Amino acid sequence: MTEVSQTAVDILLKQTDVDIASYLEACVHCGECAEACHFYQASKDPKHTPTYKLQPLVKAYKRHKAPLRGVLSILGLTPPEVTEDELREWEPLVYDSCTMCGRCTLVCPMGIDIAGTIRKMREGYAAAGIVPEGLNVARANVERTSSPMGVTAKALLAQIKHQEKDTGLEIPVDVAGVDYLAIFSSHEIMASPEIIGAYARIMKRAGLTWTVSTEAYEATNVGVQIGSGPLAKQLVERVVNEAERLGVKYVIAPECGHAYGAIRWAGPNLVGRPFKFEVLHIVELLDKLRREGKIPPGTKDGRKMTLHDPCQLIRRGGVLKEPRRLLSDSATNFVEMKGAGIANLCCGGGGGVSANERAEELRLKAFEQKLKQIDDIGGVEAVVIPCANCRGVFEDGIDEYEADFEVISLSQLVADTMKDA
Amino acid sequence: MTILEFVEGPGFYVSGTIFALAALWRLAGIIRLGKKKDIAPARGSAFTGFLKGNLRHFFPRGLFAQRTWMHLLGGYGFHLGLFALLLFAAPHIAFAEKLWGIELWPAMPRWAFIITAEVAFAGLIVLWVRRFSDPVMRLISDWDDHIGSWLTFLVMLTGCLALQESHDALRALHMGFVDIWLIYFPFSRLMHSFTFFLSRGATGASYGRKGMTP
Repeated sequence: MTEVSQTAVDILLKQTDVDIASYLEACVHCGECAEACHFYQASKDPKHTPTYKLQPLVKAYKRHKAPLRGVLSILGLTPPEVTEDELREWEPLVYDSCTMCGRCTLVCPMGIDIAGTIRKMREGYAAAGIVPEGLNVARANVERTSSPMGVTAKALLAQIKHQEKDTGLEIPVDVAGVDYLAIFSSHEIMASPEIIGAYARIMKRAGLTWTVSTEAYEATNVGVQIGSGPLAKQLVERVVNEAERLGVKYVIAPECGHAYGAIRWAGPNLVGRPFKFEVLHIVELLDKLRREGKIPPGTKDGRKMTLHDPCQLIRRGGVLKEPRRLLSDSATNFVEMKGAGIANLCCGGGGGVSANERAEELRLKAFEQKLKQIDDIGGVEAVVIPCANCRGVFEDGIDEYEADFEVISLSQLVADTMKDA
Repeated sequence: MTILEFVEGPGFYVSGTIFALAALWRLAGIIRLGKKKDIAPARGSAFTGFLKGNLRHFFPRGLFAQRTWMHLLGGYGFHLGLFALLLFAAPHIAFAEKLWGIELWPAMPRWAFIITAEVAFAGLIVLWVRRFSDPVMRLISDWDDHIGSWLTFLVMLTGCLALQESHDALRALHMGFVDIWLIYFPFSRLMHSFTFFLSRGATGASYGRKGMTP
């Protein structure tokens, strides 16, 4: 074994707890998971079968950790050691052809969480340094600026200034003692900064106190995407420390699926303690404010709209009903896609795939499945997407396939259609 | 001691003991790996999720059913048929009653046995044929999948041959394969019969905390 493969195998085994072992033990190789995977459906390459992507972990587990391996070893029935070449051969399967969307779990008769297992596998890969170049660049940017796109606090302040001018509202920065701390994804700050203005309008309308922080403005967690627990912890801690220093009651996770999961569900486990504040997704907050009558609906948008369910927010995040209630309040012609909700198809760019240039061709091919879902409805004028990363992937796909619809943020739509005070 | 007496006597006791101890060892070995306590505030119940996850995956989702119908029919046909044969075939009930010295439930009639066996055979053959005819299954299958399928097939086939119970040799052949199957079981993927509830439950519990049932 080389040092690289030894490191990877050590971490893979360390990640294998009762849940992962149960998954590896229960798989009956039925291949049903392929039917749910957008990458397999796009390529029809059996290598893209979700359970096949786990092979290096399966081998390491069977050889080093599985019960009864001693007896099987005497009979020569344990698999050989995982090699570095094998790990490298599997790298594109682990990083390029899995968005950790979890759709395969729905069809698996054993209920195996392959997405969660891939996340654990990536820990081994990241520790061994077998990571796609695109994600390494994002990692370097994060270490320099805290943002995977290299967005600095100075750039954030410039965008805030523009939004203050556009909305005529003051956007609080680094204010202690307020109730809410809003964090954003780099994509939002640079590609759709009007979302910051939308927050300002919503907060003003609802009468809430809030702030943006120049210390902790970035929600994207590259550590979760790459599979580096230490980096993921560092990025969550930055937000947690700042939120607790400012004394806020809530941190608002932005329209970014994995960023929500990183701080809401993985965050306390990464940091190793409960937070002194509550984490709310912006969609959860908007739904709560709407039901409390603090941001009543006004004139609805009349375009034919559908909702794209970001996997990490809906299927793996549990925020299923809230976006639908908000969209029904904001649009007159909201139509669901086939399989909407928990079984909805991934855009193809989650889990760091959109930051991985090597995966672009496959990602765009997988997006065709998504496009078909939308085309099947017919006449859709706008797709509402409560995830900035998904919106970026959609915009690429729209360009590639010359599709004719707009993608819009749910928070932006709510801000634009709420009743004036 | 005849071969039949051996495979129904000491052979069966030894293989049955290996089956029970090794299966328990394997399950305990998985469970003892444990996991860290999840300290993220829960939105729902992990326990309810564990149960829901186990039940939910018995039923296919409509969205995928049309693509995977062959597997569904084969899988349900084989598993339901096998369990019906195991629990309600007259020779099995008679064997268990003699073994444990207690009276069990009534056996299924002969016509029901034949239909059930045909369904189980058809299901198993469909699953096995798919294992080498479907490119996905061919890639992901290994020797364990094939041996498990073949052993189960041979146990069922020799069971049908021994149905009349008129030839000791056929009955010994069936019991011999049963003994081999029992020894092979806990070391193989046939253990999914027990590990499925851990797997479904783990996912169900994790999602249950988030207020979802995948």
